[in-house]
Amino acid sequence: MSAPGSGFVQRLTALVRKEMRQMVRDRSNLLVGFLLPLALILLFGYGLSFDVRNAPVAVVIDTPSVAAREVVSGLEGSRYLAPRRVTSMAEAEHLLGDGRVDAIVHLPVDFARRYAAGSGRVQVVLNGIDSVTASTLEAYLSGSISKTLEHRGDRGEGALSGAGQVEIVQRVWFNETSNSTWYLVPGLVVLIMTLVGAFLTSLLVAREWERGTLESLFVTPVRPLEIVLAKLAPYILVGLVDLAMCLVAARVLFDVPIRGSLLAVLVSSTMYLIVSLLLGLWISGATRNQFAASQVALLTSFMPAMMLSGFVFDLRNVPIGVEIAAQIVPATHFMTLIKTLFLAGTDWAMVARSCAILGGYALLLTFLTRRTVRKRLD
Amino acid sequence: MEALSALIFPILTLIRKELLAIFKDPANRIVLFAPAFVQTLLFGYAASFDLTNVPYAVLDQSHSAASSELLARLDGTGVFRREATLANAHQIALVIDEQRALMVIAIPADFAESLAAGRRAPVQLILDGRNSTTAGSASGYVASVVVAFNAARGGGAGLELVRRAWFNPNLESRWQIVPAMVATLSMLQTLLLAALSVAREREQGTFDQLLVTPLTPLQILVGKAVPSIVVGMLQSTIVLLISLFWFDIPMSGSVWLLYLGLLGFTGASVGIGMSLSSVALNMQQAMLYTFLIIMPLTLLSGLITPVRNMPEVLQVATYANPLRFGVDLVRRVYLEGAGITDIYHDFIPMFVIAALTLPLAAWLFRHRLA
Repeated sequence: MSAPGSGFVQRLTALVRKEMRQMVRDRSNLLVGFLLPLALILLFGYGLSFDVRNAPVAVVIDTPSVAAREVVSGLEGSRYLAPRRVTSMAEAEHLLGDGRVDAIVHLPVDFARRYAAGSGRVQVVLNGIDSVTASTLEAYLSGSISKTLEHRGDRGEGALSGAGQVEIVQRVWFNETSNSTWYLVPGLVVLIMTLVGAFLTSLLVAREWERGTLESLFVTPVRPLEIVLAKLAPYILVGLVDLAMCLVAARVLFDVPIRGSLLAVLVSSTMYLIVSLLLGLWISGATRNQFAASQVALLTSFMPAMMLSGFVFDLRNVPIGVEIAAQIVPATHFMTLIKTLFLAGTDWAMVARSCAILGGYALLLTFLTRRTVRKRLD
Repeated sequence: MEALSALIFPILTLIRKELLAIFKDPANRIVLFAPAFVQTLLFGYAASFDLTNVPYAVLDQSHSAASSELLARLDGTGVFRREATLANAHQIALVIDEQRALMVIAIPADFAESLAAGRRAPVQLILDGRNSTTAGSASGYVASVVVAFNAARGGGAGLELVRRAWFNPNLESRWQIVPAMVATLSMLQTLLLAALSVAREREQGTFDQLLVTPLTPLQILVGKAVPSIVVGMLQSTIVLLISLFWFDIPMSGSVWLLYLGLLGFTGASVGIGMSLSSVALNMQQAMLYTFLIIMPLTLLSGLITPVRNMPEVLQVATYANPLRFGVDLVRRVYLEGAGITDIYHDFIPMFVIAALTLPLAAWLFRHRLA
């Protein structure tokens, strides 16, 4: 016998080769490994958008007037709105109820008169079922209407405004056109790394337990750590290919800038990939049951990465309990980092902090997973 | 009568066996019901586009009564929290980059003079666009504060916007998300449950035994589908109860119609799951196929982004997505109080999906043997 520890590389290579073959043999692995990212890239890049464009709006004018006509032409000038005149409020409410328009702008009978007196009222009715669209629309409508009336005021045709006015000059940094694709696509990298990890590895150990092949591994000289590393290796390759697909798509298809250091993007993404693969392996080893493993993998990957990580919903608004839960999810830390790296630039302190957290998770999960494949039957 | 009971009885036996197989394992009982609780609570709080706590920074070079008043109004909304007071323009980049502030308000030195002279006084608003939705709503809030400020100074455009939002008076995004989860959360697990039901038996070799029993494929199908539907409906009920009694989101419509809709929706989801299950040769494949389709189903459902914002091709594709109609149906019955005549068209695609996938699964039981 040679000294303990020797033969590590040899055994590891043999195991990796076995896992590689096993991965390639079942086409469904590779199919999902490559097709899923592709589908998600296309969906996120082209399918999903929070941006309201050409929203249908019903306009009801009770008494025609010059001011009312200018309000309508102001609305028509906005590329976010597609106004259409309807004759009565009843008709407009019918359209709103059917979902054929998103909002109603109602200029009441006394609009022109009261407006000339300095207290014009415009009624806006929104469909609150989609509150995000509704709020955005409200902002566009009020912006468009007040702009029109301000211009009239400037020409001395509207209410007289003797006092000076505060005017907002707005600039949105990192995403000058407020295009939601720009913040969805960096988040996509996180989502894909999470899914690849959870889906591809979460059955690996459980399957071997169910089939009893893990027990046959016990009689060989391989050690638990070697089993873990060997199961990890082939899927890191798959994940790296997916990462490359995401980066190329972001840059080439969607023109999302990568303003930070590419090295930092690659290093942190690889670390996150390892964490999420290990998470899948740990679930697999801890449940020892394919059914439970797949349910747990589904529960811990997709929805938390989408809902809790700050991907779509801003974590600034959540209560402390949810904030803690979000901080436990590794995706949250990677999400903050990758958005900054894509859109803002390299903040080395943030890179170091996030990588340290991810590294900590990787070590912890390696340790936990190693315990689940100990050579013991219970 | 005898013939009918001869038809039904074996199905009931199979359903009983399936339910036992699912619930005998305590781990399964936990994994099928506890997550619905936890997820609804977590996501109910997390899934919000409403701003309640926006950190911002101020660069006030005017130091005037007018600028203080504007800022006081901003602080008074309860939405904004002043995180830092900046001394010069170089610090703007710092607080935004480090995400200490979502926005910076820069008030120029001649602000008070411009206002007093009756001129326009520009105030610069710099927003962190890393999340453009949040940035957009923050800027909307600031705009409304400024409008009120102008109006209070006797100016303004002489215009008041009176808003009325139907079905969700305060435009709370939680009202939009939580009812939709009644359909979404149960679909995720039910689809997987259905997808694994046949695949597991295939992998363990017991499916062949089932095929040689006197049960017809149709009976096997019903026996396998019903338990998944039951689990899905129970999960939906958990989410519904939390929505009603924890988040206090009022229900406007009929509970019966809601459940009828959920039954159609769950049936269609289980149909898709059973088809996947009969195509898959083992559990690994069943799980991967399920995950492969769950993503597009969820993303293209209108749960998070509106269907109308999608390109036309994808809008057409959503007709094959039961979740799109499930989400629409639950939201409209729950929030709008829609009746059967308003939403019958949501049932059609779900029934078509169920009517195609369930028989397909039954056919595949016999014709797909490894």
